[in-house]
Amino acid sequence: MTSNHTDSQGPVWEVFTQKKSGAPYQHAGSVHAFDKEMALENARDLYTRRDKPSGLWVVPAAEIVAVDPGDAAPFFDPADDKVYRHPTFYEVPAGVENL
Amino acid sequence: MEKLHDFQRFIDAEEKIEPKDWMPDEYRAHNIRQISQHAHSEVIGMQPEGNWITRAPTLRAKKILLAKIQDEGGHGLYLYSAAETLGISRDEMIAQLHAGKAKYSSVFNYPTLNWADIGAIGWLVDGAAVTNQLSLRRTSYGPYSRAMLRICNEESFHQRQGYEIMLKMAKGTPEQKEMAQDALNRWWWPSLMMFGPHDNHSERSTKGMLWKIKRASNDELRQRFIDKTVPQAEFLGLTIPDPKLRWNEATGHYETSDINWEEFNQVIQGNGPCNKERMDHHKQVHAEGAWVREAAAAYAARQKEQLQEA
Repeated sequence: MTSNHTDSQGPVWEVFTQKKSGAPYQHAGSVHAFDKEMALENARDLYTRRDKPSGLWVVPAAEIVAVDPGDAAPFFDPADDKVYRHPTFYEVPAGVENL
Repeated sequence: MEKLHDFQRFIDAEEKIEPKDWMPDEYRAHNIRQISQHAHSEVIGMQPEGNWITRAPTLRAKKILLAKIQDEGGHGLYLYSAAETLGISRDEMIAQLHAGKAKYSSVFNYPTLNWADIGAIGWLVDGAAVTNQLSLRRTSYGPYSRAMLRICNEESFHQRQGYEIMLKMAKGTPEQKEMAQDALNRWWWPSLMMFGPHDNHSERSTKGMLWKIKRASNDELRQRFIDKTVPQAEFLGLTIPDPKLRWNEATGHYETSDINWEEFNQVIQGNGPCNKERMDHHKQVHAEGAWVREAAAAYAARQKEQLQEA
């Protein structure tokens, strides 16, 4: 819990908002708060002043597991060398529709 | 009653339900049943295609097939995760599958006899599945809807690779063309059965439509699939195995013979050509993997202990 070292502000919470009903939750930023309820209220006050979102999540930052940016290249490497995973790899003859 | 009324109003306004929202028990159960059945179908669907990995005719074909089967497994996992948000565990879902309480699509109980079957599965089975899935992007349960969006995006190459195989074989030697026609003959009707019973025989459809879990009826989706697929078969120079198939100028749709519902019911009830094989294989592989799960849990517990000791 190194990122959660105690200071006078309370731990960090990452904030995710949902723009409209059914849409995926997206990262908005973070807030400090001492408990769940305060985290939600702080996140609301800070990140939803303009547009009313349809949903709001707060997650303790210390609980998030992330890939080290330095390792990202080899970690994700196998993903982009398989062109045949994309529909554009296949030639659809003229005259064939809805494929 | 007040709650149910508000819930319906919310649904009617095209709002999506999220895991922590209030929902009727029946809505929860309906979604668990539908999403887990969908997940099981993706996973069991890996078997008929897996049958051809080692016999794919070229390295190119093999790589594509591997990537596609890997996608199907991934799609199963997206869907299991979506179902889990409703309060059912992965273990429970797998137990229901093994006990025969949860179903999977009957189409995967047919065998893949020749290489053209891999083409026919991509073209027809994935074509039928994607017709249903495109409609389900608008389903009312948020996590299911988002899983459908992801799946539809990824599926876009599946149907094309299938059609490519069919095209190569249909334009190939007479023997290859014959194999392509044979595959179409065997997969056409099971693909039409994928959409389920006629609307007037589908007891669950009414509630599913009311709650916008389903966004189009079985017959409507089936017709959509037929209308887009028949011209694709004509382009291949292959014949749809239905002597009554004809274009109806007035309705703007193709007319077909009725499905052999006796066959459909037999396959659903476990008497299809491969039901036992598919289920035995799943049970066997699941049992063989038990030591991996146990070892991983033991290792995690040990790591935790060490952390506490330090």
